[in-house]
Amino acid sequence: MLLDSRAPSGPIEKLWDQARFEMKLVNPANKRKHTIIVVGSGLAGASAAATLGELGYNVKCFCFQDSPRRAHSIAAQGGINAAKNYHGDGDSVFRLFYDTLKGGDFRSREPNVYRLAQISVDIIDQCVAQGVPFAREYGGTLANRSFGGAQVSRTFYARGQTGQQLLLGAYQALERQVDSGRVKMFPRTEMLDLVVVDGQARGIVTRNLVTGRIESHLADAVVLATGGYGNVYFLSTNAKGSNCTAIWRAYKHGAAFANPCFTQIHPTCIPVSGDYQSKLTLMSESLRNDGRIWVPKKAGDKRPPNQIPEDERDYYLERRYPSFGNLVPRDVASRNAKAVCDEGRGVGETGLGVYLDFSDAIRQFGVEVIRERYGNLFEMYQRITDEDPYKVPMRIYPAIHYAMGGLWVDYYLMSTIPGLFVTGEANFSDHGANRLGASALMQGLSDGYFILPYTVGDYIARTKLEKIDERHPEFARAQAGVAELTARLLAIQGHRTVDWFHRRLGKIIWDDCGMLRTAQSLKSAIGQIRELREEYWKDVKVAGSADDLNQSLEKAGRVADFFELGELMCLDALDRNESCGAHFREEYQTADGEAQRNDEQFSYVAAWEYKGPDQAPVLHKEPLTFEYIHPSQRSYK
Amino acid sequence: MKLILHVWRQKNPAETGRMVRYEANDVNPDMSSLELLDVVNEELTLKGEEPIAFEHDCREGICGSCGFMINGIAHGPQAATTVCQLSMRHFKDGEELYIEPWRAKAFPIIKDLVVDRSAFDRIIEAGGYISVPTGSAPDGNVILVPKDASDRAMDAAACIGCGACVAACPNASAALFTGAKIAHLGLLPQGQPERRQRALSMVRQFNTEQFGSCTNIGECEAVCPKEIKLEVIARMNRDFIHASLG
Repeated sequence: MLLDSRAPSGPIEKLWDQARFEMKLVNPANKRKHTIIVVGSGLAGASAAATLGELGYNVKCFCFQDSPRRAHSIAAQGGINAAKNYHGDGDSVFRLFYDTLKGGDFRSREPNVYRLAQISVDIIDQCVAQGVPFAREYGGTLANRSFGGAQVSRTFYARGQTGQQLLLGAYQALERQVDSGRVKMFPRTEMLDLVVVDGQARGIVTRNLVTGRIESHLADAVVLATGGYGNVYFLSTNAKGSNCTAIWRAYKHGAAFANPCFTQIHPTCIPVSGDYQSKLTLMSESLRNDGRIWVPKKAGDKRPPNQIPEDERDYYLERRYPSFGNLVPRDVASRNAKAVCDEGRGVGETGLGVYLDFSDAIRQFGVEVIRERYGNLFEMYQRITDEDPYKVPMRIYPAIHYAMGGLWVDYYLMSTIPGLFVTGEANFSDHGANRLGASALMQGLSDGYFILPYTVGDYIARTKLEKIDERHPEFARAQAGVAELTARLLAIQGHRTVDWFHRRLGKIIWDDCGMLRTAQSLKSAIGQIRELREEYWKDVKVAGSADDLNQSLEKAGRVADFFELGELMCLDALDRNESCGAHFREEYQTADGEAQRNDEQFSYVAAWEYKGPDQAPVLHKEPLTFEYIHPSQRSYK
Repeated sequence: MKLILHVWRQKNPAETGRMVRYEANDVNPDMSSLELLDVVNEELTLKGEEPIAFEHDCREGICGSCGFMINGIAHGPQAATTVCQLSMRHFKDGEELYIEPWRAKAFPIIKDLVVDRSAFDRIIEAGGYISVPTGSAPDGNVILVPKDASDRAMDAAACIGCGACVAACPNASAALFTGAKIAHLGLLPQGQPERRQRALSMVRQFNTEQFGSCTNIGECEAVCPKEIKLEVIARMNRDFIHASLG
């Protein structure tokens, strides 16, 4: 397998211009003769489908939800970064590039990240023109806030619902194309296999989730915009339906999977309250601006927080990181919370939580100021926990919420299968080993509105495709495979539900391939996952039938893929003998307990190639070189 | 705590549905109503019965997937809360809950609590957008938007398209949903060029679907989990009348 990033060479600020100039164009009159499949209708998918439709291609867009507007991009709260420098505070394309590359702990590709920073400014313009109600200053100009430790104010936002508003903008653009007839929408339809003919991606096989019908769709190019795989952990901040099935089945057809072990953990989520819990809810990171994080000094101290005197509290972040205190980056805050809970000092009924205390801030600024800043978040917290954060400290705990890893793509967002493009969270491209806040929305829209529409055209213009139709044997083979898998899952009729297995799988991966990893924990996890998977295929019970709406069956197929992906994550984490970004291997830390990167040996993208059901996958390395920014050690002391 | 559930079960659109009684004996007051259904479903599956189908995705009140009637109220008794965020502590031990799907001709039942809301997509498709091809936008700050207009547009844009407004309305009207989008875009300078045509097309589409008319009852506002105000319907009517009179 050849990993050629195809990034042009030359001065970095000219690369994208140059690449666009070198791309071949499709004759406008011919565009409608080319069909492009877009799987997923979140920011990356809806924006791509809408733009390709505007250009005149014949687009088919698929989503498993009842409407494209439900995609999980909708849940993003904080905002979207752009190097507009509207405040004259020293921001620039180069600074956003620098922050993103450094934030990713130098495990991403310079040309891709630079292009992302360049395009960021166009995204804001496009979204404003679509009617996205961004926050405004009194003079009518766009408002900004700072976010995630950046020293400039470059985050655009629409209250706490930025993802919702950006997605609705893309959804509306998509519906406009549906109205024009250029995009055909297939909601409640799940992609269950990729079809590759003569080495080129030529279509997909889907299951209609209402009728159960398995169908083939032929195309000239396939785009996967199917989001991240955080649900491998069972409990995550992802939507319940978010899954890895599309990218996993593409992986099995030869698309390399890059950096699967890079998964991000968000430090401020509402802790688990019981074993019925189905998901975790994120609380905006901005709370750490005024809240102080602490646990009791003594292990097993079960007194209510207001009865623990000041000198028996450990404000551990302020103690360990005097200069950044409670504002250390996400990975550092998360790891420290786990460490104090592991020492038996965690709070709440489960002992898996730390206090986020606003009493000092309320004393200093008054209740009204705090209400103005965080009122909606406090309300949400109270709705879920029935505790009043104005009176009792909040309890928080880290949770999985983003996957930096994903299918490997080149500069043109094409995977190792020609004609298969991957965008948004589903690819690995821009965030390295750690994503900065307010950058996910930026990447999804950059890929979908401004990169893919050019690069797919270039592929189509350069490629001679064999004339085939949906009766081609590869489609028949894929359909038969999907039907067989469905029948197999329904036939087991064991004694455990899909969720029972999924919870256990998630716990193994959370414990052994979560915030802290060791060679030993990873090896043990691989063994446990294999055992549990074997049990799954013998003892899972899926009720209902294959020919109508069957939510258990949908889940069963997704969990089967999570088992395999979970194992690959552990394998990748085991192979990466260093700590970087969100990947923290306990064996590799500095004397004072911080992540120790090893640039000499591990400055590469790890891309895994599938070799067959009982074969070990093969690791390929794309070396990372840094011409513009010299890799440095992160320090927050 | 213990709860008695009466849930609407309907295998498919063609079959007649009925209420089925279930007992939930080990309910944690912190559970959401969807987690309660998860627990019931686990038991049903192990007993070899089909689990209750219900729509859900983000489970944090923003995707708009979930929604059903609890004791006759869309999204249940707590104001401004979707069923995914409605916790069981709002009910008394031993209480009976009647859980039914949205009932409206325009939202045919697919299975159990799952209904077809694609009529909403068709209303947006008819004109719920600003026509701006990718790449053709001027700099974001060229279009100044008064803060007040932006805030009011955001109030309307907060709609999650869950359909509670239709389910609560005795006429099954989609006026609040349609009005919310017309108000959102019509309050912004960017939305002005297409404002009249948008109102015409969207209202026409809303009339061709099986929704009823608005008679200013206000149930929609009362149950809306995002607290969209009736005022958006007035804006819709105003824009529609202006457009109709040419």
